[in-house]
Amino acid sequence: MSKLTLGPLFFQWKPEQRRDMYFRIADEAPIDSVYLGEVVCSKREPLYYDYLPEIIDRLNAAGKQVVLSTLALITSDRELNAIAERCGEAMIVEANDVASISLLKGRPHITGPFINVFNEATLDFLVRQGAVRINLPVELSGKAIATLARHNPVETEILVFGRQPLSVSMRCYHSRAYGVHKDSCQFVCETDPDGLAASQLTGAPLLRVNGTQTMSHGYAVLLRELAALQAAGVTHFRLSPQVADMVQVAEIYRSVLDGDLDAESGEALLRNLTGETPYVNGYVRGREGMAWADA
Amino acid sequence: MRDIAYLELVCPAGTPAALRTAIDAGADTVYCGFRDCTNARNYPGLNFDAKELREGVAYAHARGRWVIVAINTFPRAGDIGPWHRAIDTAAECGADAVILADIGLLDYAMRKHPNLRRHLSVQAAASNPLSIDFYRETFGISRVVLPRVLEVDEVATLISRMKVEAEVFAFGSVGTMVEGRCTLSSYITGRSPSSDGVCAPAEFVHYREDGAFMESCLGDVVTNRYAKNENAAYPTPCKCRLVTNDNASYLFEEPVGLNAVSILPQLKAAGVTALKIEGRQRSRAYVGQVVTAFRAVLDALARGETMPQAAADLHAIAEGGRETLSALKKGWK
Repeated sequence: MSKLTLGPLFFQWKPEQRRDMYFRIADEAPIDSVYLGEVVCSKREPLYYDYLPEIIDRLNAAGKQVVLSTLALITSDRELNAIAERCGEAMIVEANDVASISLLKGRPHITGPFINVFNEATLDFLVRQGAVRINLPVELSGKAIATLARHNPVETEILVFGRQPLSVSMRCYHSRAYGVHKDSCQFVCETDPDGLAASQLTGAPLLRVNGTQTMSHGYAVLLRELAALQAAGVTHFRLSPQVADMVQVAEIYRSVLDGDLDAESGEALLRNLTGETPYVNGYVRGREGMAWADA
Repeated sequence: MRDIAYLELVCPAGTPAALRTAIDAGADTVYCGFRDCTNARNYPGLNFDAKELREGVAYAHARGRWVIVAINTFPRAGDIGPWHRAIDTAAECGADAVILADIGLLDYAMRKHPNLRRHLSVQAAASNPLSIDFYRETFGISRVVLPRVLEVDEVATLISRMKVEAEVFAFGSVGTMVEGRCTLSSYITGRSPSSDGVCAPAEFVHYREDGAFMESCLGDVVTNRYAKNENAAYPTPCKCRLVTNDNASYLFEEPVGLNAVSILPQLKAAGVTALKIEGRQRSRAYVGQVVTAFRAVLDALARGETMPQAAADLHAIAEGGRETLSALKKGWK
């Protein structure tokens, strides 16, 4: 049966807001796996680290698989130490950088969407290293996803809801936009729990800045593609946490995956939860990522 | 052994003519790619076929220089053939190394052509000693091209902990995103460096007048607005002007070029092996100018002289006349 997952929270939310979201997910959401841990900025996790044990306990008690994610970009000793500690945990880990894969070699682990898996040869290599679930990069077309999912001997996961991560940088654009230095940023990213809107000079929205990460302005919404992706062998469908009622978002996706709700109806329900944010599905349709095709 | 003065000078060649120009101007190594999606400068009118590569290698080897081949995009699912053929052809043509980013391709090259040197492309984004060690132990890489996101002291620390050669970018265009992990181009145009070997391809670029201003556009996106007498920069997504909190700015980076000539002694002290000049898409004349100037600077530094006059030439050539040390300098983050 198709599994629904909640990807790592990319944004910097207040620790209590973060905890409360996960408590609700544990208590109410039809989600099978939950990814915890900081992917974007190594300075953030200490702010909410103390809440992680109770979040993990609550999720475990609710019968959900808990996965610990690692950083997408690792340069400093502090970051190397952080991933070494994470990869030493008994829990299953999602590797988002080759450094983490090297630490997890020979043990069951998950590779995240920041690992460039574009073809069967790379996928096969990662499976030989111990990957039991492969997240595919957001840039792939539906055709490429289907080719890889059919080929993949282990589980295949793709992002089906939420802003798409488009790039990683050493530079913090949140700090730059607010005129502070990255090393003394005062966590200005916490000002924007939904990311900082970056628009064209015409005023048309384009991107969202989240610290060192740049994201799509629109939410990827792949409800209409779910059936084809299921048929191609995708096993896990990822919802990326946004400022929206993620429990209700999960319920809609669960219903469509189960065939209890058609995609168009699901989309109409989803629109009530997501405000003005436009939807995108260009990548999966083999087009520019920011495109939306509703046919 | 080649006779390398100070630092190995690795220069771009988009065409066979540019290859000869770069060699004649004093390149120690020239890098190029095949005329297809297997390399990250897949632009019309550029690149090499097998015959041209073979001739280029002969030209370089006759002068004691190297030719290395960039096969640094990520092969498409279900269609890995062109990438395997590119590696096989590079080996058959006598290339001195291949520059690879994809894990599956590194694996293939190591098994099929164990004696062909493997350089890890900047597109692999190996930014820490653990990752670099993984690529060395697993795929026997000899060199890593370091991501353009590191400061000089970070480069030095990294090199002290790794067991392969380090190549760093010294001149040319520079993005602010980690290479191989940026999809801004495909988000706007459908085509990306990782998959297609192109960033902001020219067929999506257009300019339009809007009253007293000219707008540069990439696909349907307005990337910048200029006064009519102002020079318009190429609309690369990471160098566009965006509005955040009602403030228009170059949010990611200004449209400037990288020029590290002033810190070559620091790069040498950091343990860097090779300097890379970006720009396979540039003209033969540009390549000739930049390589000539770098050759003069490196030879002077090798003789123990202070920074020679030729360095000034590089300041004049830098992209749009505006240059930066980019991430290499402190405080950039």
